[in-house]
Amino acid sequence: MLNFIARRILATVPVLAIVAVLVFLLLRLTPGDPAAILAGDAASADQIARIRISLGLDQPIIVQFGIWIGHLVTGDLGESFYYKIQVADLIAQRLEPTLSLATLTILFSVLVSVPLGVIAAWRFGGWFDRALMGFSVMGFSIPVFVLAYILIWIVSLKLGWLPVQGYKRIADGFWPYLQHLILPSITLSVIFIALIARVTRASVLESLGEDYIRTARAKGLRESQVLIRHALANAAVPIVTVIGIGIALLIGGVVVTESVYAIPGLGRLTVDAVLARDFPTIQGVILFFSLVYVGVNLLVDLSYVFLDPRIRY
Amino acid sequence: MPAAQSKASELETLSVEAADIRVTESAWQRVRKNWSVRIGGAALALLLLIAVSAPWLGTVDPTLFDAASRDLVPGQRGEITTLDGEIIKHKFWFGSDSYGRDIYSRVMYGARVSLTVAVLAALLSLAFGIVCGLSAGYLRWLDGILMRFMDGLMAIPAILIAIALVAMWRGSLTTVIIAIAIPEIPRVTRLVRSLVLSIREEPYVEAAVALGTPTWKIMFGHILPNTIAPLVVQGTYICAAAILVEAILSFLGVGLPPDIPTWGNIMAEGRPQFNQYPHNIFIPGVFLAITVLAVNILGDGLRDTLDPKMAKRV
Repeated sequence: MLNFIARRILATVPVLAIVAVLVFLLLRLTPGDPAAILAGDAASADQIARIRISLGLDQPIIVQFGIWIGHLVTGDLGESFYYKIQVADLIAQRLEPTLSLATLTILFSVLVSVPLGVIAAWRFGGWFDRALMGFSVMGFSIPVFVLAYILIWIVSLKLGWLPVQGYKRIADGFWPYLQHLILPSITLSVIFIALIARVTRASVLESLGEDYIRTARAKGLRESQVLIRHALANAAVPIVTVIGIGIALLIGGVVVTESVYAIPGLGRLTVDAVLARDFPTIQGVILFFSLVYVGVNLLVDLSYVFLDPRIRY
Repeated sequence: MPAAQSKASELETLSVEAADIRVTESAWQRVRKNWSVRIGGAALALLLLIAVSAPWLGTVDPTLFDAASRDLVPGQRGEITTLDGEIIKHKFWFGSDSYGRDIYSRVMYGARVSLTVAVLAALLSLAFGIVCGLSAGYLRWLDGILMRFMDGLMAIPAILIAIALVAMWRGSLTTVIIAIAIPEIPRVTRLVRSLVLSIREEPYVEAAVALGTPTWKIMFGHILPNTIAPLVVQGTYICAAAILVEAILSFLGVGLPPDIPTWGNIMAEGRPQFNQYPHNIFIPGVFLAITVLAVNILGDGLRDTLDPKMAKRV
């Protein structure tokens, strides 16, 4: 078991290494002097020279990569020339809103979509099933920002139930904090609900055809027990897998949602950094998000052991 | 002849005919009969028609600033002064933006950008994905390194790659298309590779190898044609994703320059005035959503008819 965990963690190393190479190359592929780009448009010749020396830009590209990786593993992502602070600190500052939004979104999506998917599979081919499948195609098609504006218009502007945009830290009180997160989370959830409900439906449908379901019914279990303890429990692995894969979708959604709702999180930071051509920040954010994606999928892989006792490593 | 016997022979001829029909029914015929394909395809054909005939749909120059007709609501009549100083009467079906540009014209012309980006990004990622996938699946020595590279590329969320690439190169139609296509390549590669791995075990490939057919000819002449159906389906979904990502890039202000009429740009310009003039965001938003929906419905129909194995998976 420990052996498996160690092997699985080691397997992420090449992936992360390639991500690092790609992010490194991103800057080198940009036309112009990397030092000047990293220093920003308003930098003095002195600042540019300092960056050139600290990154070893006068050395061969392999050495440059080595220096860059060296900085990376010590957590040094460089300094944002737009915000004038370390990129690592910048990311830490912006983490709370994004983490809150992502957590709330995943919780809400799972709580809504898994029951929907189970019911659709249970009543396969019925009106509920067809309605859910129709909804899921729509959920995949409606752009996040269009949905965001529809919700803002109805819920905030017409009904006045929730704030239009902005963010309150959790330290400022739980209710204002939650109030500012409800609409963004619902917005972001729709595509997630569509995705998870679809996979839940498909995998529950598959396990409903198995012999042990017939056995469970034959021994007189209540239908709810058959569905939850037998069908859903055996369908857990694909559901958790799709949540892991969906994290990429969530990160993309966070970038858009935070911009529409003016939430000062990592997604907003990404867009601001791109608009300001703040390269150290762009690199840092991409690395951070990729690390999160790989990390979450690692956890998903490890969770299989607990979700499905048949899986032994 | 006893009745039962004649009945039996009738059934036999019937069933033989039925079998015949099923055998001769081509994939194309099955696709054409599918309602998802018909509805999605019809909606897309209409949008394509709009995109091609935009200049003749009662539109004016979509980039024309007209100070006199700023912030009009949908349906309002007004006059537009063209660059030549000519004054034309114009009904602003969808209103106008804060620069006095006609939103109806911008939305019609915007269809061009969305459809162009969708098709070209899909073709580009398919082309690269096919080459990479065929190589990884057929040339075993290349497999490990190529697929690790693709794993790495897949670990970076697609929108981030697109945003970063456009930020580097600055937005133009070409850079936006390339930036959208690149993150899709690993998915196509994986699909093609997995198809190749099963197809390469087929007897006809073994026969071709035994006959001494050159490797490139086996890859492109024998294996590739058998991957077409799933690739058509995948390509359709890439189109849908590409339309969305292009709109997101424009909307965030990092995509095509703001003077080019794209649905995302129109929405981005409508943002500051959303309170008073929500139609600036809603009208292009509806067009965008319907277009993506049509592509997705078409994709589902194609998947059900062309690639039944995939249809069963989800």
